Amino acid sequence: MLLNYSHPLEISNLTTWLDTTLRSSMPEFWVLFIEFALVIVALLTAYAVIALILIYAERKITAFFQARYGPNRVGKWGLLQSLADMIKILLKEIVKITRSDRFLFFAAPFFMIVASMATFGAIPFGKGLLAVDFNIGVLYVTAVSSVGIIGVLLAGWSSNNKYSMIGAMRSGAQFVSYELSAGFALMTIVVLAGTMQFSELIEGQRYCWNIFNGHISSIIAFVIYLISGHAETNRGPFDLPEAESELTAGYHTEYSGLQFGFYYLAEYLNMFIIASIATTVFLGGFLPIQVQGWDAFNGIMDFIPSYVWFFAKTAVLIFLSLWVRWSFPRLRIDQLLNLEWKYLLPINLVNIVVMVILVLTGLTLKDLFGII
Amino acid sequence: MSSITEYFSGLFTGIRSLMGGMSVTWKELWTKKVTQQYPENRDTLVISDRFRAELVMPHDENNEHACTSCGICQLNCPNGTINITSEMIETAEGKKKKILSKYSWDLGMCTFCNLCVITCPSDAIKFNNTFENAVFTRSKLIQTLNKEGSKLREKKKETLAPKGE
Ligand code: SF4
Ligand code: SF4
Repeated sequence: MLLNYSHPLEISNLTTWLDTTLRSSMPEFWVLFIEFALVIVALLTAYAVIALILIYAERKITAFFQARYGPNRVGKWGLLQSLADMIKILLKEIVKITRSDRFLFFAAPFFMIVASMATFGAIPFGKGLLAVDFNIGVLYVTAVSSVGIIGVLLAGWSSNNKYSMIGAMRSGAQFVSYELSAGFALMTIVVLAGTMQFSELIEGQRYCWNIFNGHISSIIAFVIYLISGHAETNRGPFDLPEAESELTAGYHTEYSGLQFGFYYLAEYLNMFIIASIATTVFLGGFLPIQVQGWDAFNGIMDFIPSYVWFFAKTAVLIFLSLWVRWSFPRLRIDQLLNLEWKYLLPINLVNIVVMVILVLTGLTLKDLFGII
Repeated sequence: MSSITEYFSGLFTGIRSLMGGMSVTWKELWTKKVTQQYPENRDTLVISDRFRAELVMPHDENNEHACTSCGICQLNCPNGTINITSEMIETAEGKKKKILSKYSWDLGMCTFCNLCVITCPSDAIKFNNTFENAVFTRSKLIQTLNKEGSKLREKKKETLAPKGE
């Protein structure tokens, strides 16, 4: 296959080779079984590793924004800091809260982590690195990621603690509101791309990313998606569910040890998930920068493996999210709801109509300049 | 009508001010880091001269200090941190004179209010900025400020030490 030689660094070469070797020696059932197991292991590992990297990156970037050095004692440049933190959190005692709803209390973190893991599994990390490719991929991601809020609400309810309860209620209000905007922003792009399947979405952006294709409308949708995605992750100026000055730690006040670790992990991974969905939907996913007609340039860009492109784009968006987080003061709950219901949502609804008009009248960049 | 213009002008001023905020933090990202990596940068560490870390009684090259043992600092100390022991001697001219035999100061009880330094009429004591004061036993915190065999500087030989020395 030509592909094998032109892209020597792609992981899909490895997966294809694995698949053919397994198939040559085993019946179909066992091949699938082994492959599924491998995919699960790979995803779980990636989940943990990405979280560790993100925690380190966040702490470093945060420090730089505050003119500090950040962690720099554990290992070179503090690289092992988050590993040390992980070991610490694994060794910590899980405190049993008396007079809490024991069953729900233990179940809550799992909702959170399962929701974020199920979303994580649907992300296309690179060429051939897509575990599930539903034809309703965008819908699936939006639906599954909202399950996490059940974890938050259960945590607040079962903790039998007013801080947790208020934190969970705020988080619920915030999540339900912003999920709407995020969904609409994604729908705008679905209108533009005409598909909900991630692989097709990405393939359609080869020469013209969606954010450029739908120009004004796409850019508005992109900004709205980033804002509401950021709000969904309960971070940055939208972190009032865990506003420590009023609510100690919000819905996870009563959690300790590994259970707290679950929330912590899910929070970081949600940041990654939002950034990677934005990458996939708006910024051409794992495709390299390509310009129609410039074949030499395209060839060079194509030589860089697709997963590198994916993580680079995602990293830019994550940096943006951190930048926002350390720039703005925390919103009040009424300001938060105002922003969503009075600004983002109406703008979004108008934006969808604009996008429909753009698509129907052939005013997208692809139509205007004849890009495939 | 005005509410509609208000809505849009509010929206755009909001966006502009958010952008302004982000540009400020962007610049902050590249500023010099202010962290002092303490034990490593011990040699280059700059501590302000005004920092009050330890009470000292400056002695000159003849092992003489300026404390007349008047006890004003002890009286002014709100915590009873200073303890002055003095003795009466008879000078060669046959005059009776009080001299300092032990000036003890308890770092552990001092609040670094600087009252003793301000009120001392002879400017005999001052605070310096050597801040590494940690010790393992509490008794080590009680320090004797006058050196062994030191005596009062003669007034004629030298005028009062300038303030802040
Ligand atoms: S600084 Fe204040 S507390 Fe300390 S010895 Fe002087 S007068 Fe007493
Ligand atoms: S230090 Fe100053 S105030 Fe205190 S006894 Fe000596 S001369 Fe008097």
